[in-house]
Amino acid sequence: MALVETRWTSATIAGIERDGTRLVRLRLDVDGRQEHLPGQHYVVRLRAADGYTAQRSYSIASDPADPLVELMVECLPDGEVSGHLHDVAEVGDVLEVRGPIGGWFTWTGDVTAVAIGGGTGVVPLVSMLRHARRLGIADRLRLVAVGRTLDELPYAEELIAGGAFVALTRENLGSRVAAPPYPEEVRTLVDLPTPAERAYVCGSVGFASFAQRVLGEAGMRASEVRVEQFGATG
Amino acid sequence: MGRMPVTRGFTGKRRGAAADQQRAERLPPGQYDTGSDWPSLTAEATPRVDVERWSMRVDGLVETPRSWSWREIHALPGSSYFGDIHCVTTWSKFDTTFTGVSVDTLLEAAGPLPEAAYVMAHSTTGYTTNLPIADVTGGRAWVVWDFDGEPLSIDHGGPVRLLVPHLYFWKSAKWVTRLELMASDRPGFWEQNGYHDRGDPWLEQRYQGDP
Repeated sequence: MALVETRWTSATIAGIERDGTRLVRLRLDVDGRQEHLPGQHYVVRLRAADGYTAQRSYSIASDPADPLVELMVECLPDGEVSGHLHDVAEVGDVLEVRGPIGGWFTWTGDVTAVAIGGGTGVVPLVSMLRHARRLGIADRLRLVAVGRTLDELPYAEELIAGGAFVALTRENLGSRVAAPPYPEEVRTLVDLPTPAERAYVCGSVGFASFAQRVLGEAGMRASEVRVEQFGATG
Repeated sequence: MGRMPVTRGFTGKRRGAAADQQRAERLPPGQYDTGSDWPSLTAEATPRVDVERWSMRVDGLVETPRSWSWREIHALPGSSYFGDIHCVTTWSKFDTTFTGVSVDTLLEAAGPLPEAAYVMAHSTTGYTTNLPIADVTGGRAWVVWDFDGEPLSIDHGGPVRLLVPHLYFWKSAKWVTRLELMASDRPGFWEQNGYHDRGDPWLEQRYQGDP
């Protein structure tokens, strides 16, 4: 893939959906949009009348073929950008955006992969899933989605419908007792039906370190693991 | 860049006392927030780097020494860093965005040998700086040519520099042209001149002899 130079541009909110108290789904019509790869992110910048700005990065949930760019934003306590997007933003508002960014944490379907996301770390995995389903290559992508509860897990229904293995840490799901994913649960996905060639991990720094350890115990080679970590910056 | 729209209803929460507190917590010990300034400090005369003749090389303890022209390195998968940078001269700059290529991508192409444990970064000027290999792998180091959406200016190491943002910024060699993989550590330019071999700002490893 050639490196795409990205510049700040404007994006109009074409759709906005508050999902519970903590999640907001933005559908953006990006001016001069450049097509992304599943796994990439955008930077969103807000600008006050006096020129003060605040910017944060958010993973893309949409399929590259989607005419709009979809971002799922978690509202953090006192979050400057996420709070605005959750509480104030409306359809028709114009934001500054830059993207797509990131060329490492991307999956286009060229290899079979296991992808593990924790919390909003599942968002780039949703883009991978939508891409895979559209191309009819969902068998090349095995997803593990980890959340505290089903309500708190972004895109929980879509992930389950898409065949993701969901592990909840604070409530039971069906017959599965609340717990982080076990190495043997992950190993099944790494091994079958053919060994996964690559693994993706996305989540907080603590989650990423946990998931990398589990992948290692499940037999995934460290050199084939690609990681995207984020800290809570609001 | 054209004039950008004001975001309806946005005033910015992180200003005033709470903002000062939050920014203070992001400063490593002994650092101050330089705000929108970006001081430029260089050990040598600012060179003129011709991108038509520049190349990026990875050699030393690798399976296959590799070299990329300006055009070839731009064709690699891109990667960006968004976050803070810290200079040993005590300024820190928040919320920078750099774009280029991950050092992981370059090393992966060359194939480090098992005994490779350190890297010497070389600049076109002859400037050098040494780093443990663990500090330039795992998504923590980049070769960058773009700052905040614009080509990196020459006084800040443009057209291309190393970026290792979790270490003091002298480790982020300006005008980088070569990464040499080594079995044992060897001091670079500032490191021979009394500066720390690793340079972690949170441990305040400014000078040789600091913990």
